Amino acid sequence: MAKTKTVKKAPAKAMAKAAPRTAPKPAAAKAAPAKAVVAKAATSTPTSMAGTSGQGLVRLLEDDGTVQKGKDPNLPEATLLFLYEQMVQVREFDRRMLMLQRQGRIGFYGPILGQEAATVGSVAALESRDWIFPALREGAAAMMRGLSLTEAINQLIGNGADRCKGRQMPCHYTFKEGHYYGMSSVIGTQLSHAVGAAMAARIRGDDVVVLGYLGDGATSANDFHCGMNFAGVYQSPCVLFCQNNQWAISVPISKQSASETLAQKGKAYGMPFVRVDGNDVLAVYTVTQQAAARARRGDGPTFIEAVTYRRLGHSSSDDPTRYRDEAEVKAWEKKDPVDRFRAYLQKRGLWSEAKEVAFKEQIAQRVNDAIAAAEKNGPPADETLVTDVYAHVPQQLKDQLADVLALEGRGVNQGAFPL
Amino acid sequence: MTATQQKAGEAKAGTKVMTMLEAITDAMRTEMRNDDRVVVFGEDVGKKGGVFGATAGLFEEFGEKRCFDTPLSECGIIGTAIGMAVYGIRPIAEIQFLDFIYPAFDQIVSEAAKMRYRSGGEYTCPMVIRSPYGGGIRGGHYHSQSAEAYFCHTPGLKVVIPSTPADAKGLLIASIRDEDPVMFLEPKRIYRHGKGEVPLGEHVVPLGKARIAREGTDVTVLCYGAMVSVCEAAAETAAQAGRSVEIVDLRTLVPLDEATVLESVKKTGRCVVVYEAPKTCGYGAELSALVAEKCIEHLEGPIVRVAGFDTPFPYTLEHLYMPDEKRVLAGIEKTFVW
Ligand SMILES: Cc1ncc(C[n+]2csc(CCOP(=O)(O)OP(=O)(O)O)c2C)c(N)n1
Ligand SMILES: [Mg+2]
Repeated sequence: MAKTKTVKKAPAKAMAKAAPRTAPKPAAAKAAPAKAVVAKAATSTPTSMAGTSGQGLVRLLEDDGTVQKGKDPNLPEATLLFLYEQMVQVREFDRRMLMLQRQGRIGFYGPILGQEAATVGSVAALESRDWIFPALREGAAAMMRGLSLTEAINQLIGNGADRCKGRQMPCHYTFKEGHYYGMSSVIGTQLSHAVGAAMAARIRGDDVVVLGYLGDGATSANDFHCGMNFAGVYQSPCVLFCQNNQWAISVPISKQSASETLAQKGKAYGMPFVRVDGNDVLAVYTVTQQAAARARRGDGPTFIEAVTYRRLGHSSSDDPTRYRDEAEVKAWEKKDPVDRFRAYLQKRGLWSEAKEVAFKEQIAQRVNDAIAAAEKNGPPADETLVTDVYAHVPQQLKDQLADVLALEGRGVNQGAFPL
Repeated sequence: MTATQQKAGEAKAGTKVMTMLEAITDAMRTEMRNDDRVVVFGEDVGKKGGVFGATAGLFEEFGEKRCFDTPLSECGIIGTAIGMAVYGIRPIAEIQFLDFIYPAFDQIVSEAAKMRYRSGGEYTCPMVIRSPYGGGIRGGHYHSQSAEAYFCHTPGLKVVIPSTPADAKGLLIASIRDEDPVMFLEPKRIYRHGKGEVPLGEHVVPLGKARIAREGTDVTVLCYGAMVSVCEAAAETAAQAGRSVEIVDLRTLVPLDEATVLESVKKTGRCVVVYEAPKTCGYGAELSALVAEKCIEHLEGPIVRVAGFDTPFPYTLEHLYMPDEKRVLAGIEKTFVW
């Protein structure tokens, strides 16, 4: 039962109890001071949003990894290395999962190649007690919050050890201890949930902000508009983070919205907005941290548009050559977020070829071990077909299951997901 | 091999062997050539040709004016389709998966369905909402559901579900020509299975006429969509055990061909209803009530429903959830021994 007393400061509630299992970052997050130039952009006023696509884009790193003059946020070394390692890990994980899908070992996969910085940089900027409401491509966030690779692969397989008990398609992770929300496939619906959760945190007096993700396509969905409107009206302590990867399956951003930028949609809902280079992990980290700080101070929500690119197909079932020009993909390869950040680290003497080789080997091994461990698990028990529909399994459902299990022979799961 | 399955090259003159998907594309192409009021739109239907390929080639043939991609908003797709229909053109709106239709539910049930009635017949809403539905493709909760009952429960909508390529074409053309809003639900599991002969050019299968998919004398099985071939397989097995099964493929749930349904049940005296949606309040519940109400005196056993579970649609355990041949056979037996 919920207690009726209002808790002003709630240091350790159930939700704050489970700390992430990895991530040496919380201290680092506090250590990085906000840079004035970014803060200004982040609190965009009508004048600063007037730019066209190129303008108003917050960017700290050049494509070659050189940091723009006077703009290095000087993050602590541990944070920098954490960011890099997470980006490399998710890239390798992604590559391997796509391979498993091709080999028929998992049914479907939605890759994030090219978007590593946007996810990793934004999640890392939060405190571990903050909540995350992911969209399609933020699985890395769950892993950064401590979901083990094996557990992630259990979900992709849909086996008996999967937290959602093999009930969801691949890439629908859930991880409550890490405050990572289990989403549906319905585009955009999680946004109002994020806004409401943040309102609840404030009602309870918790020092928790919420990060809600969405894609560019989702900005067309009803739920985007109600989520944004409620966030603005109630000054919900949240950050709404749009991964503008230029495509919603085959629909390019130019056909998704006639708005000059997605970021400026924040203006209509009365909230600060910022457009950031999503392939620049330092910039993403910095603007998200500022937005989270604003929410934490009680100054309301921020809308962030991270400009990035989906380099592969929409999913394992999509062939993007049908609808887009390979030259566009090639151009974005040059802006690779991982290469760019590695170059920065190398220039700062924090990384080397030797470290790279050793680290990649280590990651590959980690993923291999996780695959092997996950593939040992069998399918979910038949009973899981009828549990969790309600808190208690109704007799009628027990009967339905018993009737089917009483029949001889067992069907097999066939078919391949076509999207 | 069922009657609907044929090898390529066997087609009669004036027909072509096609998959259901190809037949659906052919229907749209035919009507777009026939009637310049027909337009097709939805998410990814343009250059990509739809996530299943149902609109392949339409963008190339008719251009962006008549076949176009939309922003990611089902509500916007259906809302604008209603405006177009009211104005006088013939929209075919694709909803990528029936599972994603709910943002548009209000537009469908409050607006499209009631347009004619509420305006005293002044304004009408002749449009088709095409959407793949149903399980069997490892799509989990949100790419597998069978939501036909919601729409059947909404007066003003017609609900059509083909089970063969030829019917898919003929029923879709009839739907496009219909004067009222039609939910054209496509059993995606059999999109590419069971090729069949499809008449080229004009081919209309009228709405409201069921099809006897198999004649029999002992028990009637009522079904539609992807369940028809499951029932056909079960009937084949039952025949070996001496049970003669009649299969009625409803083709249109609204309007329902009551006469064919009742006639068959009166003849056989037994009735099994097969549908993959959750059992409770599914369309099969309505069929069972109809049969009980109108011909109980002819029944020699209970009316049996073989259906999906009253649970959300699973992923890994999909094969347990979906009615299969075994479950249909058990249902048939129950009408004899109870
Ligand atoms: C309401 C709804 N409509 C359609 C779909 C099918 N669908 C899945 S992902 C997608 C595109 C999403 O684009 P975006 O929001 O940009 O995210 P991205 O895939 O680029 O990460 C579509 C149309 C869906 N899942 N939900
Ligand atoms: Mg996108």
